[in-house]
Amino acid sequence: MDTNTHTLAPELDFDTPALARHRKFRALKERMTTSAVGAGGMCVIVAIMLIFIYLLYEVVPLFKAAEISQWEQFGKPVQAYTLEGSNTPAVYLTLEEQNEVALKIDTVGNALFFDAATGHIRKQVEINRPANTEVSSFALDSESSRVFALGLDNGQIVVAKHNYKISYPDDIRTIAPSISYPYGETPMEIGADFGEIKHLAVRNGDDGLVLVGSNKDQKLGLLILSKEENFMTEEVELSSEFYKLPSLTSEPVKLLIAPDMRWIYALDQAGNLSLFDIKDPQNPQLQAVHKTTTGQITDVGFLLGGTSLMIADDQGRVTQWFLVRDQDNQWDLKKVRSFNNDSSQGSPTTPLSTLAMEHRRKGFATADNQGVVTLYSATAGNQVLSQQLTNENIRSMAFSPRANALLTEDDQGTLSFWQVDNKHPEVSWAALWQEIWYEGYDKPDFVWQSSAATNDFEPKYSLMPLAFGTLKAAIYAMLMATPLAICGAIYTAYFMAPALRRKIKPFIELMEALPTVILGFLAGLWLAPFVETNLASIFTLLLVVPIGTLVFAYFWSQIPDDSSWQLPDGWDAALLIPVIILLVWLSMPLSTGIENLFFDGDLRTYTTRELGITYDQRNALVVGLAMGFAVIPTIFSITEDAIFSVPRHLTEGSLALGATPWQTLTRVVLPTASPGIFSALMIGMGRAVGETMIVLMATGNTPIMDINIFEGMRTLAANIAVEMPESEVGSSHFRILFLAALVLFMFTFVVNTLAEVVRQHLRQKYGSL
Amino acid sequence: MKISVNKWFASGSPWIFLNAAAVAISVIMVAGLLILIAVRGLGHFWPADIIEAEHIGKTQTTRVIGEIADHREVSTDQLRDAGYSFPAEQETASRLLLKVGNRDVGGADFRWVLERELRNSRYPETLFAAERTEWGNFYGYLKEVKEGETTVASLTSANHQDLWNALQERIARARQLHEQIYEIEKHEIGTINHGLERLRLKSRSLELKGELTAAHQAELAADRAVFDQQYKGLQARLSELYRAFERDSMIAEAMDGSLVEVKISKVVRAYLPNSMNVVDKIGFYCAKLWEFVSDEPREANTEGGVFPAIFGTVMMVLLMSVLVTPFGVIAAVYLREYAKQGLVTRIIRIAVNNLAGVPSIVYGVFGLGFFIYFLGGNIDQLFFPEALPAPTFGTPGLLWASLTLALLTVPVVIVATEEGLSRIPRSLREGSLALGATKAETLWRVVLPMSSPAIMTGVILAVARAAGEVAPLMLVGVVKLAPSLPLDGNYPFLHLDQKFMHLGFHIYDVGFQSPNVEAARPLVYATALLLVAVIALLNFLAVTIRNRLREKYKALEN
Repeated sequence: MDTNTHTLAPELDFDTPALARHRKFRALKERMTTSAVGAGGMCVIVAIMLIFIYLLYEVVPLFKAAEISQWEQFGKPVQAYTLEGSNTPAVYLTLEEQNEVALKIDTVGNALFFDAATGHIRKQVEINRPANTEVSSFALDSESSRVFALGLDNGQIVVAKHNYKISYPDDIRTIAPSISYPYGETPMEIGADFGEIKHLAVRNGDDGLVLVGSNKDQKLGLLILSKEENFMTEEVELSSEFYKLPSLTSEPVKLLIAPDMRWIYALDQAGNLSLFDIKDPQNPQLQAVHKTTTGQITDVGFLLGGTSLMIADDQGRVTQWFLVRDQDNQWDLKKVRSFNNDSSQGSPTTPLSTLAMEHRRKGFATADNQGVVTLYSATAGNQVLSQQLTNENIRSMAFSPRANALLTEDDQGTLSFWQVDNKHPEVSWAALWQEIWYEGYDKPDFVWQSSAATNDFEPKYSLMPLAFGTLKAAIYAMLMATPLAICGAIYTAYFMAPALRRKIKPFIELMEALPTVILGFLAGLWLAPFVETNLASIFTLLLVVPIGTLVFAYFWSQIPDDSSWQLPDGWDAALLIPVIILLVWLSMPLSTGIENLFFDGDLRTYTTRELGITYDQRNALVVGLAMGFAVIPTIFSITEDAIFSVPRHLTEGSLALGATPWQTLTRVVLPTASPGIFSALMIGMGRAVGETMIVLMATGNTPIMDINIFEGMRTLAANIAVEMPESEVGSSHFRILFLAALVLFMFTFVVNTLAEVVRQHLRQKYGSL
Repeated sequence: MKISVNKWFASGSPWIFLNAAAVAISVIMVAGLLILIAVRGLGHFWPADIIEAEHIGKTQTTRVIGEIADHREVSTDQLRDAGYSFPAEQETASRLLLKVGNRDVGGADFRWVLERELRNSRYPETLFAAERTEWGNFYGYLKEVKEGETTVASLTSANHQDLWNALQERIARARQLHEQIYEIEKHEIGTINHGLERLRLKSRSLELKGELTAAHQAELAADRAVFDQQYKGLQARLSELYRAFERDSMIAEAMDGSLVEVKISKVVRAYLPNSMNVVDKIGFYCAKLWEFVSDEPREANTEGGVFPAIFGTVMMVLLMSVLVTPFGVIAAVYLREYAKQGLVTRIIRIAVNNLAGVPSIVYGVFGLGFFIYFLGGNIDQLFFPEALPAPTFGTPGLLWASLTLALLTVPVVIVATEEGLSRIPRSLREGSLALGATKAETLWRVVLPMSSPAIMTGVILAVARAAGEVAPLMLVGVVKLAPSLPLDGNYPFLHLDQKFMHLGFHIYDVGFQSPNVEAARPLVYATALLLVAVIALLNFLAVTIRNRLREKYKALEN
């Protein structure tokens, strides 16, 4: 070997400009990659957090407090004003849709249209009435119909309507207010020699008008005007009929007619409410007299829809009343709830002076003689806001149609215009999670009903039926999935032959990839009718399969170990497949026999007829079976991993000490793997709770609260899928659906985190063993 | 060897058997489900024989003609309640669901009859079935073929074979015309409408900018005139084609004996199932199968094919994978290679894992609120003010659906990629670094290529999940019937703002929202089978790649 040979290092210069440039370029690449990867990684992580933040961002406005502030025009708050040339008090104040024009009807029968913000008078109209008569009473039909009536001191009545015509000359919105007379300009009479109409109520409907008036003798007169369309000429003919009602015992402060034109309410100063039934106007009945307050009534009005009567008194309290059917199917007026100002603003017992109703929601406002205005939501039964607006007594008040403005008039005749920010008054913790007494219901209840065909509908946003339905579906699914998945996992991980395990495990895990829409469709269209016709076999299977398996196993164990029939260890599952198919096949005729013997031939009809259990075709049993099917692979896979990764030396030690495989399993393997099994169940539960398509297709989606296995349910997830596309962006309904999504998100996130922490802990434990 | 029961129980082996039974039940359920879908889905296309029989009703005897769609054993108690009499010892009676078709004549497609009420059942060879574009199938006897008002062939003048050939000839002609009409209506007129819409938007956008001068207006009007001219030409051609298309009709005898005139333009295909042999039937079966995957749906999605749904699903999934792959991989690389391992990365990993368990509908809600109303709304304000108030991106569409599903599946890709990265032996990275490569170069040249199978696995699993997910899509862009495909010949070719059809949603919609669920059911099974097949294939692919990957690294580690 020639040791003298030197391999000469080639003359390498690492500092040539080209190489330096190349180095710089590489360093730049390195830096860029680092920052790009960092940015990208952060981006994804931010995106993940964004889900939570965005859901929260949509939900938070629900619980934002309401605000009242001075109306701003051209960026400046407007000042209070008095109306020029009108010092008479208002009998009625109202605003039109755009919050531009306000209307004041005063005690002498003038209608004043003025700028709501400045008080500049736009138009003054004297409402038509015969000469030498005085206005003695006023009545409003409803804010939305804009129809009102004036009672005169000669016993006549004028019915009028205020209108606003919007036009856009030169692209500028112009509103032209006017007064019209839908029933003609000639005054009506309520009966001969009735005398001065001291109090009046009016109700206008599609096919007529009802008027009730009282005179100085406390006599009540009823006028029913029926519209009849002559279908030849299409002319509307009016026919009027007069009726007499029983007289009142004391001077009323207010008369009211319900929108169904059946009930008449008369309230007197002392708080007595007389309820008349005019279903048969020939024979009007005094249904009942209720004492509504210990104090004196100061104002009364119908909430939107005319079902609820709101009564304000001089003790600072508002009570809500509506008609409820009692056990004997008789109508009964019930006091549903009462509202008291319970904030630091104003005292809870200050006499209330006036009420104002929202036009499109079941909300109202009260004003007291100290100038404190309080906003309430009737459905939720909560006080939204209370604020002192002035030091004077507020004698009259009006909401704008969109409930975003409030107009008040105090004793000095000063009008102020306020901006109201009260977007979601109907949502409160109590309204979402507690029993609420809704209009038309005979008792407080949990109800989810977000929309209906009518405008004066009371939305019912109780999340309880949905949460209940979610848990019900999940629990039935878990009942089905847990035993199958865990037992299956135990066998697969611990007893099954490795060759078989390698095939079975991916096969069962394939179920996880199966789209749930397919499971849902099979559940709804195939399984639901199948279960309905074979109800008994389903329950027979529960008995036959385990018992049959045991019987078979016993006989199998009698086969001698050296017989050629004997299977290698860990192949029992394969052996059982034909056995179980046979058992299922056998249980069909067996169930028919059982049905004929015990259940009059058909269990399905027996449950409804004899047991009185409602049976829906798409019910919790079907959902349990289908969703259980969807959850099995999740639980199976995680449990199997947990059991399989129990260190071998533990089990081998146990077996070496003489324990049977079963003893080793129950005493050593399962306790060690139990946290893993727990986390599998949690993750399975999380999946069942959030599953949408199966429940959507395999239940009737009725939001009922009943644990009955044969009835359906509506879950939070299915509810979102059904209602989200039709929900108006930014509405309470929209935000509540976001809240439902947030609840689902939080629930699964917490459950999964718990499961994940348990699993990581377990992994560390195995590592140390 | 005799074992006593007590001893047997003490050994614990019965419990082992019960556990084994659980596995067996799970396997039976999975297999049963797959078989059920496969049998029902594939059976749909087989041409069933048409039965003709006398139905002895309670009051009158009528002739029934139809396919037997279902067969059920009903308890006689129920039937007795309905007024039927049975011998006391008989417990069940069999009832048949006949698909009698002829919705235009009889009103309902299906009819339940008791098997014992059918007399004289027969399968005449000349009984034919016709699939139509409206009113469902027609079953009956062919009597005449007419061209306008003149009869060209009838049973009185020709034998049945000639008459049948005349019919087939005319159906072929009508189909050909239909294709031409379709081509004009869908593509050529579609292009003109698209052009007109673009002109309208251009004019509106100029107006908004205040740049709509007379010169512009004249230019736009000239363009519009060109389109109008083209449109008129096409319209003339169309009306000519329609006249030719509507020319022929056939007279056939329906179940109740009445003679019905059916426009041949409405007939998709006519066949004589009772005279078909097995080879004919296989041919017919393949043709139907091809129609199913390549044709558009008819009759409110209850007939025809599902091509737009397949196309929509594929487009959405492709777009989603383009979005999800880079982000998932970068996040995984960041977590595994760049971020400092510690509590923070652990928390992030848990969060990522958990996201895979968050209900998919939550992603749908997020997509609707954030992507569509927030992002989309703002994009419209900024870039498409000319189309307002009609939203462009502020409404559910392909892009938002893909983005939502990308977010939904990003955890899958992250987890799979991370697993792949963690399996790459340290020695390889160190070798690369020791040779002087920078970290970025090691990443590009060594780590990423080696983890590419893992990334593939992740993407395939993500695709499989996305293809089957329906709930979020219902909120962010899927519709029951899309007027056009999201990819076509009109600029900008790929319409990201368009709504699309989806196989999974198709199943839900046809199975549950369709007016004629009974008629649509076989099609739903077929669609379900298609979806299951695609997803099972994708999963199988993922598992295979994963296994090969494991083998490869095992070799490297040794």
